[in-house]
Amino acid sequence: MEKAPAPSPALALALIVAGIVNRVGTDVQRERIIPALVSGGSFACLGYSEPDAGSDLASITTRAVRDGDHWVINGAKMWTTLAHEADWVLLLTRTDPDVPKHKGLTTFILPLDTPGITVKPVHTMSTERTNATFYDDVRVSDEWRLGAENGGWGVLTVGLAFERGVVGDTSHGVPLLRQFREWAEATGAIAEPLVRERMARAAIDNEVAKLLAQRSAWIAASGGLPGVEGSVSKLFAAPAFQKAAHWFQQAAGPAGLRAFHEAGAAADGWIDHASRSAPVLTIRGGTTEINRNNVAERGLGFPKAR
Amino acid sequence: MTIDFALSPDQEAVEELFTRFFAIESPPAVVRAAEPLGFSAPLWEKAIELGAPGMGLPAEVGGGGATLAELAIVAESIGRAVAPAPLVDHIVAARVLAEPAADVVDGSTIASLALQPADDSGLWSSVPAGAVAGLVVGVEGSDLIAVRSTPPGDGPRNHGSVPLADRSCAAGHREVIGDSTRWSVAFAEWKILTAASMVGVATRALELGVAYAKERHQFGRPIGSFQAVQHGFADLVGLVDGSRLLVHKAAWACDRRQPDPSAAGAALGEVDDNEVIEERPTEVEQYRQDVRRIISETFGPTDLDQMHASGSAKADRLYKALGERGLIR
Repeated sequence: MEKAPAPSPALALALIVAGIVNRVGTDVQRERIIPALVSGGSFACLGYSEPDAGSDLASITTRAVRDGDHWVINGAKMWTTLAHEADWVLLLTRTDPDVPKHKGLTTFILPLDTPGITVKPVHTMSTERTNATFYDDVRVSDEWRLGAENGGWGVLTVGLAFERGVVGDTSHGVPLLRQFREWAEATGAIAEPLVRERMARAAIDNEVAKLLAQRSAWIAASGGLPGVEGSVSKLFAAPAFQKAAHWFQQAAGPAGLRAFHEAGAAADGWIDHASRSAPVLTIRGGTTEINRNNVAERGLGFPKAR
Repeated sequence: MTIDFALSPDQEAVEELFTRFFAIESPPAVVRAAEPLGFSAPLWEKAIELGAPGMGLPAEVGGGGATLAELAIVAESIGRAVAPAPLVDHIVAARVLAEPAADVVDGSTIASLALQPADDSGLWSSVPAGAVAGLVVGVEGSDLIAVRSTPPGDGPRNHGSVPLADRSCAAGHREVIGDSTRWSVAFAEWKILTAASMVGVATRALELGVAYAKERHQFGRPIGSFQAVQHGFADLVGLVDGSRLLVHKAAWACDRRQPDPSAAGAALGEVDDNEVIEERPTEVEQYRQDVRRIISETFGPTDLDQMHASGSAKADRLYKALGERGLIR
């Protein structure tokens, strides 16, 4: 039996979607969606990536065609994590194929029980289950459109800023350090100067990651959009967690390879889990390379490289 | 809970003043001319005219009454210009003295501090600004002492071209001014301000590098248009911004009389792991704990699955409970 997804990614996703709906949604959408998401009463997932569109997200091909006051959606999405648990999917679609690719996109927030949506599991090395989702003649009312028609790229910009900077991938290092510390104290490894030094470095990285994320949150709370700052947060925090996870697993030796609840597993399997869930952090929510492009072009003012 | 990352109007004024001062008075020619000693007497005189040496001291003794957070901004501007003026060492050492003499307040005598206790022969090794300081504060045994003696005016040539020198804690006019508790506060301040000046070095280095990559052409294009070049720079932004945030948090903690040695040490990248490992809850963690506590007070023991099942009535109650406690708007 697969280990159930930990609540934190679900909450993070819920907060991201709640943040977007709060910024760009209608009053009806705000009232219906935000309270349930913020309280953990319902979950949401992100329908951005496709089999052939990830970093080049503006080239997605899932199509939404207007039919009176309704839309008909056809296409497929990848990495729709939590789609099998969630009530809502934030869906990025193409509504005008005849304009430059960034200008013909529209976002919808759909109930996942809408007829025509199929969810299929995709299993990953981190034991986290993600999904592929399929949309076959999904017919929805225009009230589920989120933001302006053909204004989807703007909605996405809001979402990615929240995802990278405010709630995304910045806080895993704190529990990891705590879990490793408990193991190191129980085994006596904490007496080793090298172990202590690595723990101290992880603690410093956690502090910096926290401050960078707080800065992004402060910008968002002050009415700004932490586009560059969010990328900076993720560029720092994700590799820092990978470094810590890798090093703690090395320090734990064979015990760091044992899975959850196995006898002799370091930190009851959390060390193994951290090192298996670390690789995806520099990929999801905008890869490290895409975030570097963003910081270089929009933060430092370099010419566009693509 | 509120959190604010913006500089205050006072801090902005300090930043503008000192960044301009050092840009004008400490251009590369001045820095080069001061090598290898790493001290420019004319620049120090100009800093005295500005009142910089005493600005970290209380107004009652004739100082400027600046907070550590403001001094961190001064230190960053020193770093930006790699100014050959030992203001950080002087300011920190002067702040240790209960009654600093007039020549220390105005800077006509340079003060500094020994970073390591005196050795068996009574020598303080590698004192920052030791080549030019007429007053050195440091630890000998369990005492914190201040020693006045004539500075050597020279020191061992070194990698950073900084005016360090070995100084005796025995020769000269000695005065016991406290114990090691006071020393640890001074040392924390020195680490914070030295880290701030390094943030200034890094910030300026990044600016110069970015500007150069935009103007230098290869293969018919600015080298800054190549991703391989861009990505190296992009990775530095988080390190520099993160270091600055850490410095300001440490300075803020000290100003609030809650010295946070972990942040101070972390800022310098030289940490006592015993201090860092003892993490204390930040305000954000406190906020999270409050939210968790209120959830449990409002609903009793619960978990997310149960909340999921029970729908929006609970959500409304939670929203109300959080709002009543001022945790959400």
